[in-house]
This record gives sequence, C-alpha cells and structure tokens, in this order.
Amino acid sequence: MEQYLLFNSSDFPVLSTLVLLPLAGAIVCLFIRNETFLKLWGMAVTTATMALSLPLYFLFDQTSDKYQFAELRQWIPALKFDYAVGVDGISLPLVLLTTCLMPLCILCSWNQIKDRLAEFIFVLLIMESAMIGVFVSLTTVIFYIFWEGMLIPMYLLIAVWGGPRRDYASIKFFLYTFAGSVFLLVALIVLYVKSGTFFIPDFMHLQYPFRIQMWIFICCAIAFAIKIPMYPFHTWLPAAHVEAPTAGSVILASVLLKMGGYGFLRFCLPIAPDASLYCAPVIIVMSLVAIVIGGYLALGQNDVKKLIAYSSVAHMGFVTLGIFLFSMQGVKGAILQMVNHGITTGALFICIGIIYERTHSRELEVNKALGMLMPAYVMFLGIFSLSAFGFPGTNGFVGEFMVLAAAFADNMLVGALAIPGAVLAAAYMLRMLQKMVWADSDGHHHDVHDGGGGSHILTDINAREWFILSVLVVFVFWLGFKPGLVLDIMDASVRHLLNHIGV
Amino acid sequence: MDVANLQLLLPPAVPMLAAVLVGLLRKKPAMRDCVPVIGAVLTFLSVASLAPAVLAGVICRATLCTLLPGISVSFRIDGMGLLFAGTASFLWIAASLYCIGYMRTLREHAQTRFYVCYAVAVGGAMGVALSENLFTLYLFYEIVSIFTYPLVAHHQDGKAYDGARKYLTYLMFASKALLLPAMAIIYCQCGTLDFNMTDIRWGIFPAGVDAWLVRVCYYFMLFGFAKAAIMPLHSWLPAAMVAPTPVSALLHAVVVVKVGVFSVCRMMLSLFGTERLAALDLGITTAWIAAFTILTASVIAMTKTDLKARLAYSTVSQLSYIVLGVAMLVPSGVTGGLIHIANHAFAKISLFFCAGAIICATGKTDIRDMGGIARQMPVTLAAFALAALSMIGVPPVGGFVSKWYLAVGALDIKSTGLLAVILVSSILNAYYFGEVVLRGFFGTPPAGADPAAGSLEATALMKLMIYPTAAAAGLSVLWGMYPDLFLKIIRLKLG
Repeated sequence: MEQYLLFNSSDFPVLSTLVLLPLAGAIVCLFIRNETFLKLWGMAVTTATMALSLPLYFLFDQTSDKYQFAELRQWIPALKFDYAVGVDGISLPLVLLTTCLMPLCILCSWNQIKDRLAEFIFVLLIMESAMIGVFVSLTTVIFYIFWEGMLIPMYLLIAVWGGPRRDYASIKFFLYTFAGSVFLLVALIVLYVKSGTFFIPDFMHLQYPFRIQMWIFICCAIAFAIKIPMYPFHTWLPAAHVEAPTAGSVILASVLLKMGGYGFLRFCLPIAPDASLYCAPVIIVMSLVAIVIGGYLALGQNDVKKLIAYSSVAHMGFVTLGIFLFSMQGVKGAILQMVNHGITTGALFICIGIIYERTHSRELEVNKALGMLMPAYVMFLGIFSLSAFGFPGTNGFVGEFMVLAAAFADNMLVGALAIPGAVLAAAYMLRMLQKMVWADSDGHHHDVHDGGGGSHILTDINAREWFILSVLVVFVFWLGFKPGLVLDIMDASVRHLLNHIGV
Repeated sequence: MDVANLQLLLPPAVPMLAAVLVGLLRKKPAMRDCVPVIGAVLTFLSVASLAPAVLAGVICRATLCTLLPGISVSFRIDGMGLLFAGTASFLWIAASLYCIGYMRTLREHAQTRFYVCYAVAVGGAMGVALSENLFTLYLFYEIVSIFTYPLVAHHQDGKAYDGARKYLTYLMFASKALLLPAMAIIYCQCGTLDFNMTDIRWGIFPAGVDAWLVRVCYYFMLFGFAKAAIMPLHSWLPAAMVAPTPVSALLHAVVVVKVGVFSVCRMMLSLFGTERLAALDLGITTAWIAAFTILTASVIAMTKTDLKARLAYSTVSQLSYIVLGVAMLVPSGVTGGLIHIANHAFAKISLFFCAGAIICATGKTDIRDMGGIARQMPVTLAAFALAALSMIGVPPVGGFVSKWYLAVGALDIKSTGLLAVILVSSILNAYYFGEVVLRGFFGTPPAGADPAAGSLEATALMKLMIYPTAAAAGLSVLWGMYPDLFLKIIRLKLG
C-alpha cells in the first residue's frame, strides 16, 4: 500500500483535519443561539478550513504521481477496513476549489436565510466535510460513506430552504443520485470480491478480465453520468438548481457536479482501462450531444437559474469529452474546465442570488435592464458571463480551448461537432446579458425601473457582495492568464494515469 | 522581460488607463472630456516613440504571461503594426476632439459610458496591431467586439438595439464558429500560435501538413475575421451605423474594421505566408472574393440615399481593396493593400466627420436633402470633396497611391480581370461620392435656409468638429503627395 503514498505532511494529519474540522464546527453550531454569532462561526470554521488547505498547494510535490499528504491507519482489521486518505494532482485542485468556495457560500447566504439558521450552517458544514472527504478518500469504504453522506445534506438544503417546488426538486434529486449510487455500490462490492481490497490505488494495478471491466465501467459510468450530469440523465439538475437556495446552487454546481468527472478519472479510467477505451466513442458522442443539446436548451430559458443549469450540462459535456480523448491536453483541459466551471458558474449563481434578494424573481423579464441601475453588479455579471462562454483572457477560454484542441488532434469530426456548443454558449450567455443589462431600456429615462410591477428598490451591490464577487473575479483572470497554476499540479498524475491506460 | 521593451505595452495600456480615468471622473464632465484627448496624444506619442527602433530594424518584443506552451500574451512591433497603430492612434486625437463637439451639440446621454468604451476599443486595436501571436490578437479582437456593443446600442431605442444585436451576432458567430476551430487546428498542427514576423513567405506551418487542412483553416480565418466585412459577412457594418457618428467615424471606418482587415493581412502574411498561399492557389481566389465584394458593395452604395449608409457600403468596398492588394501576393500589390489601411483611414474618417457635422448642424441624414448645403458649411463640404477624391483615387490625394500600386500589382500578376475591377469600382466610387459633392455645392437649397456663408459652422462646438475634419482631409492630400513615410515602413515589412 505504502508504495502509492507520499507521507509529506510531517506527521500532521492535515487531510483528516480538513475533513473533521467542518464536522466539529457543525456540531458546535447546534449550541449557538445568536444569529450573527452563528454566521460568524460558520465563516470562522470555513475560513479556517480554507487556511488549512492552502499550504497543501505550496507543499504539494508536483513531480510525484503519488498520493500525497497521505495517512494510513488500521480501522477494523478483521474486515480489512483501513482508513487511507491522500491527494494527487487530480483531487487537489478540487479540494482547494471546495475549501475556497465554502466561505463565499456562507457569505452569500448572509441575509438570504432567515429561518432555521443554525440548521442551515450545520448542513453546510456537514456538506463541506463530506465533499472534502470524497476527494481525499483512498479506500472505497470511506469514499462511499462520504459519497452518500453528501446526499442527505444536499437534499435538506433543497427541501428545507428551497423555493416553491422544493419537494418535487429535492425528491427528484435524491432519487436520481441515489439510483446512481446503487450502481456504484454494486461496482465497489464487485471490486472487493474480485481483488480482496478496499484500497483504491491497488485496483489500478490489478488486471481484470474485459467482461468484468465492462460491468464495472457501466455501473460506475451510470453513477457518475447522473452526477455530472450527462445527457440524458440531466433532468434532475435544472429542477434542483432552480429550487435550491443560492448557497445550495453554488455547492451543487461548483463541487457536486465535479464528483462525476472526478469519479470517471478515479474509478472508470484506471480500474477499467480497456473498457474505457472500448466505450470511449459512446461517451464522446454522448458528450457532444450534451454540449449541443445543453446549449440549445439554455438558449430557450427565461428563468436565469435554469439557463445556467442547462449551460452546466453543456460545460460538463466538455469535461467528459476531454477525459475520454485520453490525451494529456484533453484530460488536463477537462480538469481545468471542472475548476473553471466551479468558479464561473458558482459566481453566476451568486450573481443570481444577489438579484433574487432584490426582486424576488429569477425571470429574465423581471430582472431586465439593470445596466443603468446596478452598474457594478452588471460589470461582475458581464465578466462571469464572458468567462462562461470562453472569452479569451478568462479562465473559461483555456479549458475550452484545450479540450477543443485535443478534440481536433484526435479527430477532426469530433472537434467540428463540438464547435456548435461553443457558438451556442456565446449565444445564450450574450442573450442573457443583453436582457439583464439592456433589454429594451430607454437610456434617456433610466431613473424609472418598470420591471416586474415597478415596486422594487434596486440598490447596487454592497460591500459584502463586492467582496464575494471580487474574489471570484481575481480567480477568473488569474486562471485565465496563468492556467499553469492548476495545470502544473496535475501534470504528473495525469501522465501516470494515461501511461497506465496505455495510450 | 527587457525593461526597454515595456514601452511596447504602452500603446494598448494608455487607452485602457484613460478609460479607467474617464470612469473615475464621471461626475466632472469638463475634466472627463479632456482625458480622451490627452490619452490620444499620449497613445500616439507612445506609438511614435517606437518608430525609430522599428525603422532601424531593432526587434522590440515583450511577453506578459504564458498560458500554455506556444500560447502567450506577447507583443512585438513590425512595420505593419506600426502603420496601423500609428494611423489609428493619430486619428483618435482628431476623433476625441470631434467627440466633444458632437456629443455636446446633440446633448447625448450616458457620455461617460461612451467615452469609456471608445477608449477601450482603441486600446484593443493597439493590442491587435502589436500582437505577436494569434492568441493575443484574438484576445484584443474580442475585447474590441464586446466594448463596441454599448457604442452601437448607444441611443437605446429599438433601432439601436436591433443594429447592435446584428452587429454582435455576426462578429461573435464568426469568431466562435470559424476563428476558434481554426485556432485550435493550427495549435494542433504547429504546436504554437506565434506569428512568423520575420519572413512573409512561409508562415508557421510545418512542412508536410495536409493541404486541405491548410485551405480549411485559411478560409475559416478569412471569414472568421468578420470585422473585415468580406461578403457575405458584411451586413453588420451598415447595421452598426445606428451608432453616434464619432463611433461610425473612428470605429467603423478606422479602428474596428481595420482591426479586421489588419488581422486578415497578418494572418495571410505571418501565419500562412505568400509562397504557401500561392502554392495552394489561395491568393487568387481571395483576390476574386475581394473583387466581388468591392463591386457589389459599390453598387449597393449607389442605391443608398442615407449618407451614413452610403459611406458604410463604401467602407465595405474599400476594405476589400486592402484584402485584394495583399491577396495578389506580389510586392506592389501588398504595398497597395497595406498603404490603403492608412489612406482609407484618413479619407473615410473625414467623410464620416462631415456626415456627423451635417447631422449636428442641420439634423439631415438623407443625401437628397443636402442640396446647396455647401454655402452654409463650406469647410465641411470642401473636406468631404477632398476625401472623396482620395476614395476615388484621384491624384494627388492619398487614395491614388493605393490604387496605383494595386493596379501595378494586378499587372504584375497579369490579371486584366482584377485591373478591370479596380477601374470599374473607381468609376462607381466617382458616381456615388460625386453625387453628394455635386448636390452639396450646386443643388438647390431648401426654402428658408439661412443664406449667410458658413453660418452653420460658426459656433465653438461646431469648430471643434470642423477643425479635425479639415485636418484629416488635409493630411489625406499630404499623404498623397508624400507617401514616402508609409512606403518606407511597408518596405521594411516586405524585406
């Protein structure tokens, strides 16, 4: 086991602390009564978690493809349940994404959540624990515990603090992802039966017969395709996004969807390499369909959250496309695209949350012509929308371009079929921007806002909102001009993965 | 990065900083309006200060950051870039003065937004002119697209929104559907997006690359740079005429469209190379596509009675002269094309300035209403006539030099067809510009018009518009008589 691990955290169990800190913080939450103090506590815990995670970036050994900051403990020796955690170049960016976004999730709910605040913060912190847990686990047992552990808090986020159709959305979310998880569980049990171990890196070095590989691949792929979500398993996503509170949408879009892509990279590709290669054409076709259909559906939406939700389907199509091209550029582009989507789409949902707090509507018809009334807000919205359709200089461009270049290098036809997705992305994002910023506003009489009954008092974003959005803007441009920050980390791990698959 | 080369960052950076400053001074209109003027002067000086080094053959380059291997944000100046950046930044000085007169006379709303976007668009053009690779060029190209949308939609009425939507749809569709895949393919094939700035013959493609792939990439880029308004992707340009006239003047006659044409020229000379284009027969096909655009747009221009629409179609036609010249792939043709970047800029900006001055003074946009207007606006109409002569290609005005080289180029490649196109289009130019000039000077003035000579050019704000107009038209003549500066810069590029 130890040969796959690198114990470079100098005996401090940093990853376990990252997982347990929010959990401990969550329990303390239940004893706090004062609302402001609750929110501050939530901020403190998530910020501490973030602060603890940042050194990982600097201490990470970029030349090694091993699982770093590893911890290995015996847990239930009789059942060979071990506790093993570690991060490699694929999971580290996602861990950092999670820890950096959580403080912003708390901040963006500052005024939005009025009832059951203690429970809300509690659920968010549990959620954070589970999400970090999924990315750092190295045994299937704890992976599955965390994987399922995310389901309940997310269900609660939608079902308790959601919009009017929250019951429908939360049940749909639960049923879809749970159905996927069952398939995953089957695959994990089969793996244990066949190999006698729960340790994920071990699976990589065992050769399974092709038939077994196919079953494992199909089971895992269903679970992850629902999670990511891939067309035609995507229908839970718009419902869940629309009804979830802002923080819920941000977590859902920025982190939860990434679990699907992460799953493909951690399970499908290394454990069932032959099956992955065999099924790649199917997945590529499904990705292309997702890119185009997702974009096409987004073009017709009048609910902003739904629009972004469908755009996520298209963006995630680029991720699966990149992964199944089996080239350095494609896989690295896909991981970068996951990080980018986390930042940009998270930011867009925060933007929508901000306007929802003011107009209590997500309809384009109501939230139109904001350009004159909320210039700062519109500036941020513009930057994030540009990033979402891959404007050069923003983070969105690099990921999309890498996947496209990999697609063209692989097969001209695949590349050509992905292009309509890029065109549609520009179309639906610019349509949204046009409506929200300009619509048909008459510039000469812009003091009067007649959208949605005309009774809203629209104030531009306040200092708290400035702060949230500025942080995200920094990342948009930073990764847009220096994607090496993330790409260099994943280099060794992706190379190792591709060598293992043998392409 | 070499410290001396930080200078290269100034031309794109100064207009952007000016834009920020304009935004900060939004509460103080007087100071705000001065900023673009100062910014324009500084931008021009920063470009001019690079000229000696370029003329001496010193390589100036600066890299800001590297995104991926072979893709970076980096700048480098050569003769072509100097020509375009110098022309655009110089004309920005004239336009920034003109803007004050125009915007104040018509009491336009949202002037801060206007000036901010205007400056950023110019900064974007500077970036395009100085970019060392396709990514940098694309980056600034798209910045220009996005920041000109608010300028086109400026009036915020139904017509403005329709025009702006058409504008952005065309530009974005072309860049996403055509440019992006071409860029991705080139990156796959060559492993880099850096231009070959030293040799215009072979471009950057490695030997043995599939000829059909090169052809596809080439056509995708030719039409992908929709700002060059090559037919059939031209109709955004007339639609963009809903913008205030200073926008039509500087942006849709100089900055935006020249960004497109410049990108096309850069792509032909520094990505594909003249020898490769000739070997694949791409040069001559492009020349005929351009020739078709020249004639068709000229014919359409004759049918338009709205002055700005007529000028817009004239621009479509004139831009294709530049493409035509470069597509001839012989030194005289390329010279004629590139020098037309400058000559067309000076002449067309004067023409639009005149149109704007007439709108400000009388509110008239239709040519048929402009009878006898020269009596009240003599300087304006004189400038119009001079600039029109340049467009027609009459010596000694600038346009003549371009057309001379173009005609020589056509003879060099032994294409009487292209020579005929150049001659026929000149006749068409003469017709549709001649009509305006004739009506202006000799038409019957409407009843009740103030008969006093120059009465409409008397106010201070009008003077702020008339002087830049006259200056630009005057310079057009100067460049016609002394084209040596431009020719020297271009020869540098041709080697």
